[in-house]
Amino acid sequence: MDEIVRFENVGLRYGAGVETLADLNFTLYPGSFYFLTGASGAGKTSLLKLLYLSQRPSRGVIRLFGEDAVTMPRERLPGFRRRIGVVFQDFRLVPHLSAFDNIALPLRVAGVREKDLETPVAEMLDWVGLGDRASARPATLSGGEQQRVAIARAVIGRPEILVADEPTGNVDPEMAVRLLQLFEALNTLGTTIVVATHDIHLLSKIPGAQMMRLEKGMLADPTGSLRHPPRPAEQTQ
Amino acid sequence: MFKFFVIPSHDRRLIPEGRLSGPMPWVIAIMIFLTVLATAAGLAMTHAIGDVSDELSSRATVQIIEANPQTRSSQAEAAAKRLRAMPLIKEVRVLPPEEIQALIEPWLGTQDLEDDIPLPALIDVKMVRAATDAEYQSLRSALQSVAPGARIEPSSGYIAPVFSLVRSFQWIAFGLVALLALATGAAVIISARSALNTHSETIAVVHLLGGTDQQISRLFQRRIALDALLGGLLGLIGGAVIIWLISGQLSALGSGLVQSVGLDWWSWLIIAVIPILGMFLAMVTAKLTVIGALKKIL
Repeated sequence: MDEIVRFENVGLRYGAGVETLADLNFTLYPGSFYFLTGASGAGKTSLLKLLYLSQRPSRGVIRLFGEDAVTMPRERLPGFRRRIGVVFQDFRLVPHLSAFDNIALPLRVAGVREKDLETPVAEMLDWVGLGDRASARPATLSGGEQQRVAIARAVIGRPEILVADEPTGNVDPEMAVRLLQLFEALNTLGTTIVVATHDIHLLSKIPGAQMMRLEKGMLADPTGSLRHPPRPAEQTQ
Repeated sequence: MFKFFVIPSHDRRLIPEGRLSGPMPWVIAIMIFLTVLATAAGLAMTHAIGDVSDELSSRATVQIIEANPQTRSSQAEAAAKRLRAMPLIKEVRVLPPEEIQALIEPWLGTQDLEDDIPLPALIDVKMVRAATDAEYQSLRSALQSVAPGARIEPSSGYIAPVFSLVRSFQWIAFGLVALLALATGAAVIISARSALNTHSETIAVVHLLGGTDQQISRLFQRRIALDALLGGLLGLIGGAVIIWLISGQLSALGSGLVQSVGLDWWSWLIIAVIPILGMFLAMVTAKLTVIGALKKIL
């Protein structure tokens, strides 16, 4: 199976401080489900920022969709970003837009015509159980509803990779399970999912998921088996 | 061009706009108002200099300075005859003594001056074109034999210092226009940066969803272009009213150079285009500012 993401000796340093991420080596494969775990401050959000092209690494090589994302010209980045869905830890919904408009935003950015986006956005609203809140603004939605709008916005463009940063951090356990089920459903459609969480109980909810654990900016695992996620083919052996 | 201003409602919602609610349209209105006045002043002075200069550059005055009235009169007639025979000369008119007295009356009063002061005879000469220094020299030589006391003075010489002053004002007016354009650009930069700061979160989200610099800058360009156009039209209306009132007052003065200070149709056309130019200036400045700021983020 072709790789979708590959990190080689990647390090990230903010300013002149110590490296926030160091010596990251891993490969992600299409259609797989990954959990990224680690304590607060371990570097999960920084790693995700590298993944969704919000940050360039200080060193190393990142290959994304088969291309070098580190030396890629800035003008090409928007096209790659459109292939990645992101659920931000703080949702980052546009406060003055309705739920409908927030979800439609990636399609509008991609130049989809208005008449072509109404049906998919309405379907997405139904999919996340917010069909009756289409015109509601984020401030009038509960934390869980905002979370679902953020997820719907991340997946409306059928991204090849979905990156979610602590997506269950602001919702109750029942809602957390529902959200994971949404991710799983998307995963079955072929999207590669990367979910950062510090809640290790979530890991058991997705049986087929693989785990990457960060400790002080480095990938770590006592057994070492999770350091590099195994290929799905190897996993079944 | 007009398609550019048809902002989809969802774009309007993405970067909320407040027509006339922010300071930008008013700042632009003041800038355009001042630009209209400065441009009108510059153009009016150009117009006045052009009109008067065209008129005076082909005119000259011949003075016959002779104490004896009979000799003076005969020399004036002879000089006029000689001048009429020259191909460079289009029109010659010997000014009657009453007209000469009327010219000096404001300075020397209404009493009969003929006996007290030997006034020179004056010949108003209109040439087919502006004469060169060499041609003036040959005119002087030609008159020397028939009127030894004749002096020929180009009319433009009298008013040269006034022209020089008016030209200075003209340059000051156009300099002001340039400074106002710079100030307008600076105001747009401040406004664009302020808008970028206000909407930084939204911009970051659009950016991470794959929005290009062009897409994001277009949102601000349209917003600032509309603000600039609206402010520009207000400034134009204000400026046009002031120009109209001043034009009326100048016409009422009804004398020489001042009366020439008017605006023709192409001057009005240039003034009418100022808000459009202001809008394009604002758009380009906004685009460069926004794209410059976006390039600082990945």
